[in-house]
Amino acid sequence: MVEFSGEIGSFKAKVHRKARYVDASKCTACGACAEKCPTKVPNEFNFGLNDRKAIYKDYAQGIPSVYTIDPNHCRVFQGKKCGVCAKQCQAGAIDYEQKDSYVDLEVAAVIVATGYDLFDATRIPEYGYGRFPNVISSLEMERLLSAGGPTAGHLARPSVVKGEARLKELPKLIAKAEKDEKTDAASALNKERKWLEEHVHKYPTAKKLGFIQCVGSRDFRFHKYCSNYCCMHSIKEAIIARDHEPETESYIFYMDLRTVGKGFEEYKIRGAKVSGLKYVRGRVAEVLQDEELNPVVYFEDTEQRCVRSMTLDMVILANACSASKGIVTVAELLGIALDENNFVKTHPNKPLDTSVPGIFTCGCAQGPLDIPESVAQASSAAARAAEVVMTGGRALAV
Amino acid sequence: MEDTAKSDVRIGVFICDCGSNIAGYLSMKDLVEYAKTLPNVVFVQENLYTCSEGGINGIKAAIPAHGLTRVVVASCTPRTHEPLFQNACEEAGLNPYLFEMANIRDQCSWVHQQVKEKATERAKGQIAMAVAKAARLRELSRIQLGIFYRAVVIGGGVSGMAAAMALGNMGYEVHLVEKEERLGGLLNHLNMVLPAKEPPSRLLDDLRTRLENNPKVTVHTRAQVKKSEGYVGNYQVTINENGNETVVKAGVIIVATGAKVLKPEGLMGYDGEKVITQLELESLLKQGTPSLKNVVMIQCVGSRCAERTYCSRICCMTSVKNAILIREADPSASVTILYRDMQMYGVENEDMFRRSKELGVRYVTYDPERPPEAGDGLVRVYHARMGKEIALPADLVVLATPLVAQDEAQQISTMLKVPLNENGFFLEGHVKLKPLDFATDGVYLCGSARFPSSIREAVSQGLGAASRAAIVLSKEALFTSGIVADINPNTCCGCLGCLEVCPYGAINFFQDRGICQVNKVLCKGCGGCAATCSSGSARLDGFSNDQIYAQIEQALAG
Ligand SMILES: Cc1cc2nc3c(=O)[nH]c(=O)nc-3n(C[C@H](O)[C@H](O)[C@H](O)COP(=O)(O)OP(=O)(O)OC[C@H]3O[C@@H](n4cnc5c(N)ncnc54)[C@H](O)[C@@H]3O)c2cc1C
Ligand SMILES: Cc1cc2nc3c(=O)[nH]c(=O)nc-3n(C[C@H](O)[C@H](O)[C@H](O)COP(=O)(O)OP(=O)(O)OC[C@H]3O[C@@H](n4cnc5c(N)ncnc54)[C@H](O)[C@@H]3O)c2cc1C
Ligand code: SF4
Ligand code: SF4
Ligand code: SF4
Ligand code: SF4
Ligand code: SF4
Repeated sequence: MVEFSGEIGSFKAKVHRKARYVDASKCTACGACAEKCPTKVPNEFNFGLNDRKAIYKDYAQGIPSVYTIDPNHCRVFQGKKCGVCAKQCQAGAIDYEQKDSYVDLEVAAVIVATGYDLFDATRIPEYGYGRFPNVISSLEMERLLSAGGPTAGHLARPSVVKGEARLKELPKLIAKAEKDEKTDAASALNKERKWLEEHVHKYPTAKKLGFIQCVGSRDFRFHKYCSNYCCMHSIKEAIIARDHEPETESYIFYMDLRTVGKGFEEYKIRGAKVSGLKYVRGRVAEVLQDEELNPVVYFEDTEQRCVRSMTLDMVILANACSASKGIVTVAELLGIALDENNFVKTHPNKPLDTSVPGIFTCGCAQGPLDIPESVAQASSAAARAAEVVMTGGRALAV
Repeated sequence: MEDTAKSDVRIGVFICDCGSNIAGYLSMKDLVEYAKTLPNVVFVQENLYTCSEGGINGIKAAIPAHGLTRVVVASCTPRTHEPLFQNACEEAGLNPYLFEMANIRDQCSWVHQQVKEKATERAKGQIAMAVAKAARLRELSRIQLGIFYRAVVIGGGVSGMAAAMALGNMGYEVHLVEKEERLGGLLNHLNMVLPAKEPPSRLLDDLRTRLENNPKVTVHTRAQVKKSEGYVGNYQVTINENGNETVVKAGVIIVATGAKVLKPEGLMGYDGEKVITQLELESLLKQGTPSLKNVVMIQCVGSRCAERTYCSRICCMTSVKNAILIREADPSASVTILYRDMQMYGVENEDMFRRSKELGVRYVTYDPERPPEAGDGLVRVYHARMGKEIALPADLVVLATPLVAQDEAQQISTMLKVPLNENGFFLEGHVKLKPLDFATDGVYLCGSARFPSSIREAVSQGLGAASRAAIVLSKEALFTSGIVADINPNTCCGCLGCLEVCPYGAINFFQDRGICQVNKVLCKGCGGCAATCSSGSARLDGFSNDQIYAQIEQALAG
């Protein structure tokens, strides 16, 4: 949304719709274009753990089911020759000339459901995220566990995935360095190749996992609040990891395990009983890495009353639920108030109402929530909006 | 078995390439030639995309042109595309249930990409099965239902009040049924509520006034729902108010009956005086702050234990709230909370947690294997971090006990044919995706009747349930599916096998005639009854035995 005006019952909004370079009404998402597209791009949806093409769709079930050309990488937009996708597409959906468009809307009510962004764990240098390949974020873990993910659900260590990719490109780089007679560079690359060949496959599958809770949450330096869903998603990820690989051992390092939802406490107990999860009460102070790229966590075991360390195959961070990056702009456009954390401000008695009548909110835009609570709130916000739409904004109660 | 395929049936088969999704992996030419050889098939067409406008028009044109009486599409999944093709049939004057689909994409080409020849053979089998079934399809009809544009909300706590308010504001007539003398539920008994930081009467008075002023809302107090009959859009709800019975005709029902606080008889020395519950503490604080020197609060009393495994969600925040209120009123009073995990999830709760620590509330974890013991003005507990037992002086011990299901939950569950979970809370249609719906259409749930919830959550869910209910109320008419079960009254032996398996309460037993009958409006066509019925009397239209056996025979023949 780029422009907004008006008041309850009669808002006007201008929406900027970016060009896809694919005609959405014709594309049947058959994928023939992507199969033949020669341009590979690191797949940001899988956090760079695999590649996608310049014409792509994030994942098979995505809605709307339409492919999109990424103009920053597509050869046609880079001034090169190609047009392969247009030839492949039997539906005639490719349209390199498509332009951005603007849609004007007249609406009685607005719902802000802009969700959240994952907390950037590089802000906590002591956990090594971004420096150590086998320290990953919760969402990276979700992709690794997904049958449609970069490893088809196999829990490969990122060091292995990245190492293999590197091994593939090294011969070319070495040959080039040798050809250019850059001997130092070539020997460094050769050394790297030797190391990778010896080490990459030592621990192909991550079997000993550590989950660090409250990463960026309940932390005075970052977010003071609790992110609500991360205790449960770590337990879930650990249970699924075990389902995929029966030898998996998981340790969950926590302060309080917040299992407040329906069936959650039962799920946690099942995690321990059936999937062998170990819940360790204590906050992790630091993560280091040994020479095999294994993360080593240092933590205070508050139940055993001592400081301990543990070497793991992989560490998964329970990244906090941060306010959506674009929310400040959205809030300014709409004129709605945000709280000190940049979540949309609401009152406990009027949980869906923003500070502007006729504008409502739901889900993680107003604070961290899990799926059932978000879905329930979505209906609630729809009810508030319906009250406005059906009465022209006259009835605004609760 | 009698062959029910009629010789005058004329079947058209449309085989889809789905771009390269199917055509890339199967030999389409072979499929087309094969389909032409199947019995009753009079027309076969291959399409690049059957779902495209051209493909759909092709179906519509072929029906009259070739006198088709059945249509088979071999393509993708019926989950997404069946309605589209059925509409095409209907528009061309063919009953939409005379249509059958073979999923040769998801179930064949996608999963057998490496073996073209074998996969093609397999797809042939799928098409033959669909054709065999199509030959035996019968016309079915959807029943149109009227709707009573009215809602009944059972339970007048904050969640029920919010639901009634929203529906009233949308312009629908609402009957709010509360068994007590006044609206408000548990909130009537609380002292102060956090995080709003106000007496609960603020919210309750506001809601009550608005409800009373809303001409669409009728409030029944000292009232209970005695009986409910009917189905979505058409419920007849008998309300007993103060001894007077009225019947309300309603399209939807919302269950907002809340929960009650567990009285911990026999636990931790509970006596209602020196050892009390948080709810009792609320009344005490309401009367004015009692002078207290040392308060010890114990969490998870009667919850997260073998008998009641769940965490009751709101009792940690309640204890923290009351600890704050005590410390704010009298900074010399000490408050210690013995806990297992402090469930201060989210932004506001964690804020409260932090504030309580700033105010000097002390927190000590305990191990459920070594629970605290209260007696003689002391609470003894094993302090894991110190590695020894400690004794805390306590002139008042406050137990955080869980919210437990209402006594009437079972009666309502039976009356409305909606399920409870193992703890007696109402069970939603889908834990993640349908949190406020029951599996049964037309009945919705919210607030602590679903699971313990805070005020913020209860209000929000009340509005949400109203929104779900409004989906029914905003329709002009409802239609049942044609795929419903039927029980042959002449052969039914009244064994009740079907009644027990039906997940939607769609089967009634008629004592007088000793037989079961299907309520076609409630039936969702799951087929459970037909598969169970030992006398073969239950049949699922659209999936009848002769149709399925014909498919099986075809599969075995191929
Ligand atoms: C690793 C992980 C695992 C999880 N697992 C579970 C689980 O198993 N169960 C569970 O219940 N919950 C789980 N959750 C929580 C779940 O992700 C959230 O409850 C849910 O995503 C919230 O939905 P939402 O719609 O509010 O926000 P989001 O999912 O964040 O959606 C917001 C949408 O708005 C769009 N948007 C943002 N800004 C704009 C803008 N300015 N204009 C237009 N569009 C915009 C975004 O692109 C996005 O599509 C998990 C969370 C994480 C991080
Ligand atoms: C000690 C304590 C302190 C709390 N403090 C706070 C706080 O500070 N902040 C906060 O956010 N939350 C607090 N809560 C939670 C709060 O009480 C709930 O969020 C709220 O009561 C939920 O509302 P409800 O409508 O779902 O259920 P309820 O309040 O339980 O209301 C249900 C209503 O349904 C009626 N009913 C039940 N059965 C029938 C029937 N068969 N027919 C007709 N009517 C029926 C009942 O009489 C009742 O009026 C506290 C809870 C407790 C126990
Ligand atoms: S653009 Fe064309 S080729 Fe690509 S998925 Fe869409 S229909 Fe298929
Ligand atoms: S035109 Fe662009 S998107 Fe299409 S195939 Fe070529 S590089 Fe890929
Ligand atoms: S949900 Fe759990 S991991 Fe997430 S912030 Fe809260 S306590 Fe920490
Ligand atoms: S909310 Fe707290 S006191 Fe209540 S059951 Fe859960 S952990 Fe125990
Ligand atoms: S088909 Fe399923 S829903 Fe219908 S009556 Fe039989 S068991 Fe019940």
